[in-house]
Amino acid sequence: MAPSVSHKAILTGLAILVVFFFVLDIMLGSVKIPFDQILKILTGQQTDNIAWVFIIEKIRLPKAVTAVLVGCGLSVSGLQMQTLFRNPLAGPSELGITAGAGLGVAAVMLAGGSSASIYAIRQLGVSGSWLIIAMASLGSALVLSIILLIAGRIRDNVILLIVGVMIGTITLSIVSIWQYFSQPEQLQEYIMWTFGSLGGVTQYHLYVLSGVVSFGLLISFASSKALNGLLLGENYARSMGLTIGRTRLIILASTSILTGSITAFCGPIGFVGIAIPHITRSLLGTSDHRILIPGVCLVGTVLLLICDIIAQMPGTQTVLPINVVTSLLGAPVVIWVIISRNNLRSSFS
Amino acid sequence: MTEPVIKTTDLSIGYKFRNKAPRIISTGLNLQLFPGEMVCLLGPNGAGKSTLMRTIAGLQPVISGGIEIDGMQLAALDPGELAKKLSLVLTERVEAGNLSVGEVVSLGRIPYTGWLGKLSDRDRDKISWALSATETTIFQHQKINRLSDGERQKVMLARALAQDTSLILLDEPTAHLDLPSRVEMMRLLHQLARRMNKAILLSTHELDLALQAADKLWVMKSDGSLIMGTPEDLVLNGSFEAAFTKSGFYFDKSSGSFTIHQEPASLNVHVSGDSQIVFWIKRALQREGITAWENESADIQINAIEENDALKLTISQNEEISTHSSIESLINKLNLLRKSLN
Repeated sequence: MAPSVSHKAILTGLAILVVFFFVLDIMLGSVKIPFDQILKILTGQQTDNIAWVFIIEKIRLPKAVTAVLVGCGLSVSGLQMQTLFRNPLAGPSELGITAGAGLGVAAVMLAGGSSASIYAIRQLGVSGSWLIIAMASLGSALVLSIILLIAGRIRDNVILLIVGVMIGTITLSIVSIWQYFSQPEQLQEYIMWTFGSLGGVTQYHLYVLSGVVSFGLLISFASSKALNGLLLGENYARSMGLTIGRTRLIILASTSILTGSITAFCGPIGFVGIAIPHITRSLLGTSDHRILIPGVCLVGTVLLLICDIIAQMPGTQTVLPINVVTSLLGAPVVIWVIISRNNLRSSFS
Repeated sequence: MTEPVIKTTDLSIGYKFRNKAPRIISTGLNLQLFPGEMVCLLGPNGAGKSTLMRTIAGLQPVISGGIEIDGMQLAALDPGELAKKLSLVLTERVEAGNLSVGEVVSLGRIPYTGWLGKLSDRDRDKISWALSATETTIFQHQKINRLSDGERQKVMLARALAQDTSLILLDEPTAHLDLPSRVEMMRLLHQLARRMNKAILLSTHELDLALQAADKLWVMKSDGSLIMGTPEDLVLNGSFEAAFTKSGFYFDKSSGSFTIHQEPASLNVHVSGDSQIVFWIKRALQREGITAWENESADIQINAIEENDALKLTISQNEEISTHSSIESLINKLNLLRKSLN
């Protein structure tokens, strides 16, 4: 079905919200900068204060762009996983995919004799960031493949979730063993990384991250027809000419790339992947991925921007870890969706 | 002479194993299914109906022999081409709560649409045709999880129709449906075969309905052999009965239905009178384990007529005559008689 008028209206409304919160995110922070000055800086005009230019261009703008990338990437990952597993409880952090990415990052760091901290990543430079993205994506793909293999045998949603949590635990344990033999300073840096941060991605890393995330989103959107075919289950999908193996591989690839690259740079950010698809489905009232994929991107971006605004606690010098805020905001949203719409079960078998 | 849509030559079906010899379920199958024909695949559980369906659908590899779909070797067709020749309706209950009926049916156009799945005018025509052919147009904008099981299965049939294939395979499409929905589904399928010249193959456990609606039956026996023919021929030559006979029930050729058989009759009864009432009395007798005799010289004579809108059932045994106004009291009387005789 083509996007109906109401879908277009909702998507447009969401796009306006994205712009609004994007500007708000740049405006608010520990340093007060007048709105007209922000506009001037954004449009490339001269301003009175060089420090403000630095704050906007080097700190707030990259952070807001990262929020957009994370919002889109994790939400689309979650959506794809829920469709692929036909499981409403699937999500990158819930099934241990982010843990897999963490393992990939840890492997790079271990080989480099350093800890998986955002500072260490930054020191690796551009070629190093590619290495980290590749390893994190491979780590995600490894966990995802194991879960996909198990999902073929187990139809029960809850059991699959438990298995996912267990695999995530195993992965984290491997990281912990390595942590145990680390120096205290490295440990602290690693723990900072697990809190999640949107602020650590700057300059070249941001270019790399936006390139990789755009690529992942492109693959995902290109496979929306296949994702739609999977809605009726694999047997129907196969009877409609879909090559299941190839489809799985493509979805696995884009999910791993999205989750892996984002986790590598921003740490494991929870609840976005599972919550956003549900909010979007109940908002748009459809399962058509050609509408849902842009939908989850917009909703995810809005939510991440709001989380970032809350995280930096406007007017104060304190900054909360982003992972804490997404969980605090995301978990009640999931509960609300389950209770009010009661459509979790009926969307999947 | 039209060409068959399905043609199998010396087909063997079963399961292949990596290290072991394959487990062959059925062998030497030479089947043909023509356009405009509705064939019901029957057989006891475990006889291999699903294996045959899955093999023809290309979901399971052939052990040996060949399958031709529309004159092309099944093995040579790529999934996209096969999807334009063969569509499926499965037993499993589809759970896609957020999809509207229209969206589900439009998924049937996947083999024809471009990389993003954008529908052309031709696709839209096919979809609305499929909806109207299955009488589901009124549900078009409803969510699929709002429908009853029967309506839902009709939507899945509409999806298969939208796929625009010459062959539709249905794997126990009536399994979860109530009786009216089952009858409705069979009627719809038969109508589609005739009017749209579709070749329809469905596996089912609905022996009664299959006998009535199918153009041909393929009956798989427990030993894997398969007999085929028009329902009436199979009934009269006894092969239908032979395929299903188990202790505890038997097939009644005169009524075309299976009956539960309990204990040998200890009474011999002849029933006469109004044919409609006689039919129901015989059914009640069968449940009690009493078989009605064709012979008029039976010990007990039952006469059934309708008088002033009320039943008048007369039992005469030797000189004793009793009259009853319901089958229930008739049966009670017969049971008393049986006790006194024993």
